[in-house]
Order: sequence, then C-alpha cells, then structure tokens
Amino acid sequence: MPEYTLRIRRFDPQSGEAAYWDEHRVELGERNSVLDAILKIRDDVDGSVGIRCSCQQAICGSCGVRMNGKPGLACNTHLQAAADRGHGAGWDPPEEGQYNSVITVEPMGNMPVIRDLIVDMDQVHWKKIQRVTPWLINKQPVPEREYIVPHENMVDVTQTMACIQCGACVSDCLSMEIDPLFIGPAALAKAYRFVGDPRDADHFERLKDLSEDEHGIYDCTHCFNCIDACPKDVAPMSQIMRLRRKAGSDHEIKDRNNGYRHEHAFVSNVRKNGLLHEADLLPDSYGGKFHPRAVPELLSSLPTAATAMVRGKMTLGKVLTHPHKASKAVKQIFDSIDGQEQRVELNLYVTGYEDEPEPDQNAGPADKSPTFPGPDEGPEAPSESEHR
Amino acid sequence: MPSHDVLIIGAGLAGQRAALAAAQAGATVAIISKVHPVRSHSVAAAGGINAALNPEDSWESHAYDTVKGSDYLGDQDAIEIMCRQAPEEILYLEHIGVTFHRDEAGNLGTRAFGGASAARTYYVADITGHAILHVLYEQLMKHAEVVDRFEEWFTTDLLQDDDGRCVGAICRNLRDGRLEVFDAKAVILASGGAGQAYTPTTNGLIVTGDGIAQAFRIGARLMDMEMVQYHPTTLAGNGLLITEGARGEGAWLLNAKGERFMEKYAPNKLDLASRDVVSRAEQTEINEGRGFPDGTVSLDITKVPRRRVLEALREIVNIGRDFAGVDITREPIHIRPGQHYIMGGVKTDVDGRTTVTGLYAAGEVACVSVHGGNRLGANSLLDTLIFGRRSGEHAAGQANQLPMPTTSPSRVAQTQEKIDAIIRRVGEGRRVAAIKNELGQTMNEYCAVFRDAEGLAKAHEVIRRLKEEAPKATIDDRGLVFNQDVIGWIELGYMLDVAEAIVVGAQERTESRGAQFRTDFPERNDAQWLKHVDISANGGDVPQVSYSPVTITRWEPQERTY
Repeated sequence: MPEYTLRIRRFDPQSGEAAYWDEHRVELGERNSVLDAILKIRDDVDGSVGIRCSCQQAICGSCGVRMNGKPGLACNTHLQAAADRGHGAGWDPPEEGQYNSVITVEPMGNMPVIRDLIVDMDQVHWKKIQRVTPWLINKQPVPEREYIVPHENMVDVTQTMACIQCGACVSDCLSMEIDPLFIGPAALAKAYRFVGDPRDADHFERLKDLSEDEHGIYDCTHCFNCIDACPKDVAPMSQIMRLRRKAGSDHEIKDRNNGYRHEHAFVSNVRKNGLLHEADLLPDSYGGKFHPRAVPELLSSLPTAATAMVRGKMTLGKVLTHPHKASKAVKQIFDSIDGQEQRVELNLYVTGYEDEPEPDQNAGPADKSPTFPGPDEGPEAPSESEHR
Repeated sequence: MPSHDVLIIGAGLAGQRAALAAAQAGATVAIISKVHPVRSHSVAAAGGINAALNPEDSWESHAYDTVKGSDYLGDQDAIEIMCRQAPEEILYLEHIGVTFHRDEAGNLGTRAFGGASAARTYYVADITGHAILHVLYEQLMKHAEVVDRFEEWFTTDLLQDDDGRCVGAICRNLRDGRLEVFDAKAVILASGGAGQAYTPTTNGLIVTGDGIAQAFRIGARLMDMEMVQYHPTTLAGNGLLITEGARGEGAWLLNAKGERFMEKYAPNKLDLASRDVVSRAEQTEINEGRGFPDGTVSLDITKVPRRRVLEALREIVNIGRDFAGVDITREPIHIRPGQHYIMGGVKTDVDGRTTVTGLYAAGEVACVSVHGGNRLGANSLLDTLIFGRRSGEHAAGQANQLPMPTTSPSRVAQTQEKIDAIIRRVGEGRRVAAIKNELGQTMNEYCAVFRDAEGLAKAHEVIRRLKEEAPKATIDDRGLVFNQDVIGWIELGYMLDVAEAIVVGAQERTESRGAQFRTDFPERNDAQWLKHVDISANGGDVPQVSYSPVTITRWEPQERTY
C-alpha cells in the first residue's frame, strides 16, 4: 500500500500557542479517503486530532476541510486524488511528471477556527442561512391534501435540497473574502430552494430582498470556486444566476445596486459589438454616457478610467468609436436564444441522459421521469446575463 | 441554568419532531444534540417513508404488512396507531415544505418497497431522510423563539429526583468543556440507535447507543434488544448503505453464477421480501459457495433505466463511484448483509413513556414496539415522526401539571470529578479505538444474521472482558475545547452496555423469529416465544431478563412467506 504524509494544521485555543503543522505517515490504499487516514492517526497514534465526522459517506456534511488547498469533504476525497493536487499550492495543478504523496489538511476558510480542523460554522455559515428566511412561506390556501405541483419542479429543487450544509463553498468563496457580509453561495442556493418551489408564496419578496441587498445576488463575481468545491453538485453559483434571471427577467426587479441594468448593458454591449467594448460598459450600466444618473457615477469612476487608459484597456479613440461589430454568428446566437419560448436551465437531476438507451416500455417507474428537455429545463443558455 | 418544560436529547427526526410538537402544545422546549442537528444520522435515511395515503390503499393493509414484517412480534395497537396516523403526517411534512417527488398529475408519487403489498413509499429522490431532516430544521429555525437549541452539547447523565422521576440531564458543552444542569419536567430521549457497536455498520460514527445506555443505567427497561437488522445491500469493506429504493425501482439480486436466487427464497416478492428474509437468503448463498470470493453477492441496478437512476437514485450513483469505484448504471455492484438498525430499544408505550417516570423515548432509541422482529424499509422514518410527535405532545401535556424541578448545581461536581479523572489519568490500557474495534468485530461475527449458543457465549465473554478493560483505556486529549477523545471514551461505555443487552437477549430467545435466527433453534416457536424479552440493569452484573406480552388486536400469527 502506498504511504502518504499528512500535514495536519493543528490549533489548540487553550494552549496560547499559534497554530502549527503536525506530520504523520499513513499507509493506506489510493482509494481510501483522507478521513480514513485522519481517523487512523486518531485511533492509533494521537486521539487529540480534532475533526467533526460521522457518516463517512458524504451525506452528513460534518467533515469539510481543505486538502492540498482545495475545500471538500475528507470522507469522499481519495488520498491519491488529494495528493495529485500538488503541494498545497492552492488550486494549482501539479507539474507534469511530478509525484506527490504529501497532503496538507487545513480547516476551511472564511470561518473562524475553533480547534484543529473544526471551524465555527454558526458564526458564518448558519448566520447566512438564517438571513434568507430559510423556511417555506405557504401559498394560501393550504390545501387539505398535498399541493398539486409539477414533478419537474420538485426534481428541480432537489438539486438545492441535496445541499448538506458542509460549508465547502463558503470556505473558498472569493466574494466573501472581500465582503464578509456577502450572503454567499450556500445560503443563496438555499434561497433558490424556495424561489424554485411553486408552493412558496413569497417569490417576488424574496427576490427583491436578495437583489436590493448590496451583499445579495449581485455580489457574486462568477469565480466558480463554489461549483468546484461542492461535493454534492449543488452548483451554488448556477443557483445564484438562476435567482438573477428570475429577479431580472421574470420580475424585472431593478435593484439599487444597478445589478439589473449592468447585466442588460452587458448583453446589449456584446450583442452590438460582438466582443465586450469595455469603455461603454460602465456608462451603459447607468443608462448611457449622457444619462443624468450616469454623470456622478462616471465622475466617481474616473480613477478607474485613468488606470484603464494607462493599461491600454481604454484609449480616447476606443471610447468614441466601436472597433468591433458583432458578426452574423453572434447575432444568430442571440436570435436563437430570444426565439425560445422558455428559458432553459441546467439541472443536475434532469440532465446527463447521454447515450440513453430507448426507454423500456415495461419499466413502469421510468415513464414517470420527464423527457429531456423538461418544460423549464435543458442545456444552459450561453451566458445571457451571467457577467457583471 | 437552563430549565424547560420539555428537554429533548437528540435532534434527528424524532427529536426535532418532538420539539415542534411540544412547542406547539405550549411547552417551553430545549433540544440538545451532540452534533449539529442536520448531522444527525436520520440524514442518511434514503429510500422513503411509508403511508397508506392513496385512496386505493388502506391503513389496514399497511398495518398487516408491518405486523407480518415484524414476524408477529410487533405490538399491534402501536402498529395500528402508526399506520392510521401516517397519511396525516406525510401531509404535514408536505405542507411545511418537504420536496416529495410527484407523479404525472402532480400528486405525491410513490415507489415500491420491501415487504409492502402496495407502492406506498413517499420519497425525495434517494435523499428522503436528508430532505425531511433539513426541512424540520428549517422549522426549528423558524420557531427559534419557542424552541431553544443547544447544538454540540453532549449528555453525560440523566437526572432523577428522590422518587426516581427523570428531571433533567447534565450535559457538556463541547465548545468549552463546561458542564451544565438542564432542569426539565419531562425528558425525551431521541438519540438514535447503536450501530457503532458493530463493525462494519451502515451507521455513522455518532450512533453509539447513548440514549439506550443512559436510560438502562437509571433503571428503564429495554425490549427486543436481540432484534438487530442486517440490511441486505451494504458495500463490502466499508459497509455503506445501498438503498432498498434500488430494488424498489427494479434492481435484481444475483449470485456469482448470475442466478436470481431470490426466486428460491421468496417466490412472490423476490428481491422485495422483508429485509431479514433477503439478508438470510444472501448469507445462505454466500455460505454455500455461490457468492463472490470477497464474500458478497451482486445487486444489478442496470435493470433500472439509466435516466431513472440518475433522477431517483443519484446518491447511490455517487456512493458507487466514490466508495467502490463502480458505475452502478453500467455494472452490478457487490453487496452483502450489514448491520443497519436495531428494532429493540428503551421500552415505551404508545405515547413514548418509558418505565421511568418523566422519561420518554422516540425513534430508534425506543422500542414501542412497531417493528418487532424485523422492521420494514421506510417504516423507520414514520416511526420517528409519529412517536416523536406523540411523545412531544404527551410530555407537554404532563408538564402543564408539574412544578419545575430544581437539581442542585452541586450535582455537576460529581460528573465533573468523573470526567476530570478520565482526563487526568495517564492511560495504561489499550486505546479506545482498539477496544471498540474488537467489540464491533465480535458482534459482527457472533451476533449477526445467523447465531448459535456457542457463538453468543463467546461474544458475551468478550464483552465482559472489554467491560473490565474499558475504564483503563488510554486517551490522549487533556483539553477542554472539543475534547472528542473523552467523548469517545464515554461512548465506548454506552456501546458495551448496549452490546451486552443485545447478546443477552439473543441468548435468551431460543427460537428463530425476524432478525433473530438461531441455527440451533431454527423454527419460530409461538407457544413459547410470542413475547418480548425485556432487559434491565443489575448493578454491574449481567443484566436481568424478564418478559412482557405481545399485544395482538386483529392479526393472529400465521406462517410467514413472501
């Protein structure tokens, strides 16, 4: 069996000492989990290594940690897969031909450490969950029996229901690093669980609230870290984008953070120029260069404009003229999306039917599943309003 | 010092449901859990929850299936209550937001499950327990003003007044090691089963029999402890659960020769016979040389259309991929029977009352008994919710009429001294993990699908030896903040108590019924054994055995075939 070296970040608040690295060598199979290794150390060598864990099958959400720089569950991360990530250098892949058997295990980020690998989720994660009114507000009247709702909707919200609240996405959320008040990926995914639920009465109020909050849905910067981090394929960022599309396109909520107009400016900018014409983007977000609202905003962004000039991103010529024109192909993409009757959204539970054999006529339950694409489902549209 | 009308220990489905019910009945409520509530092991319940909600179905049919599943050891009055109230409970869950999957018309959808004569299992993909647990927790967040949550507090002792009434508990805050007395007019145990007394088990590391042992130690009677369920489909090696939902959706069991062996053992229900029947069939195939060399048979999920698997069984697709390296949509997966559930527990009546005044129990920690000798799949979630609710309501009603008890804070000193002694001691014995592992291996070898007098005697001998050894076990952690080492040591003591009760029960019952199959007594013997085996503490000695009758209302015992 291969031998791995685990470098575990230790911290005991009682000791008064700083955090330190604790190294252990463990012989285990490549497909054993990082948690297997930590438990082996705890069982055989040092019972004081602190980590929350229970189910060992990626369902209880206890054992979120960072392994060689990447957040995830210790119980479903294979030792070799963790080792292959390299030398604890964050998200950088190892260099070619490099073999690594060292795995650094650290507590998750963006949350205070209580001890060793145990972080204070109440202070951050659960506070943010509380922020999104995390319970169903029933559509009235509540029926005597069940609400009659499409199967597809229930399957759709199952993706966010599948969140195990492990905090891996919160750990590496870049927006939250800059703005600790950002509601964040886990809580916003939780919000989608209600906004996507036809039994909830408060879709508009929820969306307006999350749009108007300057730490809300428009605070996400599309770094994809949460999608990468999530061990349950909840894809929090995709859920945030769905909240935006519902807020912006379905409910036309024009938030005071200018998120709505900014997205529209982005779309029309690309539609017109084919490539993003950055000099126009900011003014367009405020209704055009000459819009009264734009003037003070543009004045305040002069330093940014100056920097852009220095870097060559913006020249006087570019500000005044449009060097690109959208090609036919770009126009076709926009036309084909605009021509669709319904917006199509990617969802874990109702896609991934590639090379599906013909449906078996005898298999009763299978007939209940939606055909692809479902009414509200299908391959994701090219980013219509996904960039800020 | 916290004091509440109702104190609930454990925050899985039973505990959370009890908390909501007690609060709704007007009581002040505290719910304590050694882990954050959504980490509770109810989260791992996959397949669904049973209820006769369809107009074509009937609670009588559900009840009969449950009685038959229990091998006639279940108490029929309790089973009737559970099955009658099941539809209402499902609708309650639906109304508070559980995202149950639907049929084509948008009504609640069902899937088939083992031992059931109709498709009456309501489900959320294969994360039903998870979905219900998280939705109940949403409700706890919503009702934070009436339910005080104490998350990551470990219960060390149940408290009794001079009359023996249970009046609260002493708990340790894992964050800082502080002990606190929780006064309460009634205490509801909802702390789950004891799977970790076995190795391997489908149960999480936190499932260590705490409540069963705590109640046992203060004199509560245990019942049906010998009835330990081996789930038919667990992964070889790590023992992870593959949901019965897979067979409910159409997967087949095959032996190494590719034969659908269930045709021999249960010609009508085949793969969807009761769990005890299927597990015995598998073990027989394996023992008689028709299994694979790794001591398994296979589960062929490729029989289920791939798109249905991805929609409705996604969790086990992940488990196959991550923990066995198998794509279950393309190839069969090797499985075998593995410890999963304990039908027995703290003996209660239909309102959750134990034999200790003021102490209630609900969920896997309890034995009402609705599962008798063998629990049907998807009846456990129902059990937790129905009897969690009933316990909460009853405890709240009683609390109305009682003064608030007060335990002297000095009582803490006694527990503090006990814990300090453990922490101070420089261990000379084996490590806690080594003792726990020996216990688990022993139970899995001698107290599993097939049992006999000789093996059980061996197991009992080992347990007695480990009980002597455990107090001296080595621990390393001397700190106050999240000292999991000390908790592990206390849990080991709980598991040893529970394991002994299981073995003593299994030794006592010299017949084969439900999950208890004695190769030396292979027949069911209604004349002598249509009764519960009760177990009570006897100081530090081998526990005492007594009997209680099985309640039969309308279904007389018959021969049991599937």
